Amino acid sequence: MFSHSYHLMVRIKLVSRLPPVNDHAGEGNILTAIRPAVEAKGVTRIFRGTGQDSVRALDNVSVAIRENEFFTLLGPSGCGKTTLLRLIAGFDYPTDGEIQLYGQDIAPLPPFKRPVNTVFQSYALFPHMTVAENIGFGLKMLGKPKAEIEARVDAMLKLVHMQELKNRRTSQISGGQQQRVALARALAPQPKVLLLDEPLSALDYKLRKEMQIELKRLQHETGITFIFVTHDQEEALTMSDRIAVMSAGNILQVGTPWDVYDHPAERFVADFIGETNFLTGMVESAGNGQARIALRSGAKICATAAAGFRAGGNATLMVRPEHAKLVKGRGDLTGTIETIVYFGTDTHIHVRLDEGDVFMVRQQNSRSASCGFENGDKVGISIGDDAAQVLKD
Amino acid sequence: MATAREVAEKAERDDIRSRWLLSTPALLIVFLAALGPLLIVVVYSFLTPGNYGDVKWQFSTDPWVSVLFERDVFDDTLSFATAYLSIFWRSVSLSLATTLLTLILGFPTAYFIATRPDHRRDIWLFLITIPFWTNLLIRTFAMQQVLRNDGIVNSVLQLLGITDHPVQLMYTNFAVLAGMVYVFLPLMVLPLYASMEKIDFRLVEAGYDLYATRFQVLRRIIIPLVTPGIVAGSILVFIPSLGAYVTPRVLGGGTNLMIGNLIELQFGQGRNWPLGAALSITLMAIVMMALLFYVRNTTRSDGAHG
Ligand SMILES: Nc1ncnc2c1ncn2[C@@H]1O[C@H](COP(=O)(O)OP(=O)(O)O)[C@@H](O)[C@H]1O
Ligand SMILES: [Mg+2]
Repeated sequence: MFSHSYHLMVRIKLVSRLPPVNDHAGEGNILTAIRPAVEAKGVTRIFRGTGQDSVRALDNVSVAIRENEFFTLLGPSGCGKTTLLRLIAGFDYPTDGEIQLYGQDIAPLPPFKRPVNTVFQSYALFPHMTVAENIGFGLKMLGKPKAEIEARVDAMLKLVHMQELKNRRTSQISGGQQQRVALARALAPQPKVLLLDEPLSALDYKLRKEMQIELKRLQHETGITFIFVTHDQEEALTMSDRIAVMSAGNILQVGTPWDVYDHPAERFVADFIGETNFLTGMVESAGNGQARIALRSGAKICATAAAGFRAGGNATLMVRPEHAKLVKGRGDLTGTIETIVYFGTDTHIHVRLDEGDVFMVRQQNSRSASCGFENGDKVGISIGDDAAQVLKD
Repeated sequence: MATAREVAEKAERDDIRSRWLLSTPALLIVFLAALGPLLIVVVYSFLTPGNYGDVKWQFSTDPWVSVLFERDVFDDTLSFATAYLSIFWRSVSLSLATTLLTLILGFPTAYFIATRPDHRRDIWLFLITIPFWTNLLIRTFAMQQVLRNDGIVNSVLQLLGITDHPVQLMYTNFAVLAGMVYVFLPLMVLPLYASMEKIDFRLVEAGYDLYATRFQVLRRIIIPLVTPGIVAGSILVFIPSLGAYVTPRVLGGGTNLMIGNLIELQFGQGRNWPLGAALSITLMAIVMMALLFYVRNTTRSDGAHG
């Protein structure tokens, strides 16, 4: 369905469209000029249970989502992603705090008056209507003239490549097709903001990859602000302009995929996104965004560190597997190779450190040779100056 | 030695025979309980009334003639008689009104129950079915106590100063209608609830999300989805309403007869079994036609939706 060149074209377009500013450069410069499409201000949602127990699904959450941005809420199941979407859509109301749309408090607006549409996790297509009727429903409810509805439905069908199936019942099409109809239905009324609640989680791997690209294309072509929910970190990294990492009703970090992957704000983020090695040590000296850490092995490592770390304190270090290197002699760490796992593009080598923990190193593969190591080899691990980061626990 | 083909044929024969054997009880019940009695009724409607009830085995079309016509006592000429027709008409319109009212009252009730949390629905359903525990006659007499000249309704009306003398409620079409709505309401609520419970309420949210107001969500999403429940409930209420006997008898008095009472009269004091039989079959025919008309219409409009 998608040719290779099409892939490439999309990629290039997307890259050129990335926001021109980096978040971690600090808020307050050009950023403030971009007005937020949606802003949550200290939003709390408490569900009272039947007994004494109550669930704090969102706990004082504040986040600003920019216009035309592909924004992702990423977090494990139960962390409050759906709850936040439902508050924005208007199906539910915050216990405390305020949600603004373009600077306006939307609390007084019922869902049918908000310029926001939702792609539901279960799609929620109307079973008593055809594909075309589903897509045209929003426009019909808005009282648009018949001719306009028809034209727009046709355009939407074309956008999601579903022209041939317009008169089918929604029960007579496949899951992937239902997904497209749900998308087209939510896009047809041209909302200011589109909410997508794990829209791809029910699809199989290949279809999901296809739809990820398709979604990016749609967002690009329509210029609508997308708020996308997923628990799949890979999906979040590949699709988003910015990601908010959530855990237990809190937003832990907001940043570009590069930010949250390479500069996680805390241990949970580092652990949840990608694969990470954690090491413990003592801060020898700190300052200027850098720290010298003495590891338990005795080795001393330079690492990036946020302000607030003092000499003498304990520290957790993270090192991504692809940023460490295996060496034959002594490195910063030493250990014995336990397992070697071949992945096609790369090889994961698990090393049992002399101190007892397991450390994983990822090596890019080449065609000619094996990875150069074997099980049981005594090896060293060298960690470059820019490879490690000190983390808050 | 049997060839494979012979074996297959024998298996098929056995299969057919056992299928017949297995369906015999069902066929027997259908014949004994439904077709048999119906046949007897049809036969009776073409006989002559006996002197003390019962029938004389003498062919006659008189019962069918008198459903619509009146024979003059003196010169034996036939004239069109509206007496029975008006009773039929009252029955049909009262039953339609009952169906409509139970639908109007039952719909929000069923919706209310279907939107309660799981563990509370059972309690509400239980409350709905409580009236079934009491005999119909007793429930009807209870209704009589409510509607009497010195009953609750009139007492309240007088207490509030809305009237200074009792309003005649008993022995009116209103009383019959109120009684039937009360009696048949659960029969409407239960099938409505059954189909509402199956609705995925995310569809309702999807409707709101797509700019449908509450009324539009009701009209375009909820009602189409509960159509099977509306059809079932309406049939369940309309048919017994049309044949209602106790309620019009107790609450309508002698002046507000319905078909059921008329038929009973022919088998009782009227001692005209053939006429009773002819009226019964007329009632059945009306029900069948109404059903056909209704089912065809609702399914067609459903098809036109999509
Ligand atoms: N209607 C509700 N009543 C009670 N608890 C709820 C309700 N909706 C969500 N929760 C709770 O709030 C938390 C967050 O849920 P949710 O937002 O659905 O998580 P996610 O979408 O991230 O998986 C969960 O612990 C969930 O059990
Ligand atoms: Mg969810």
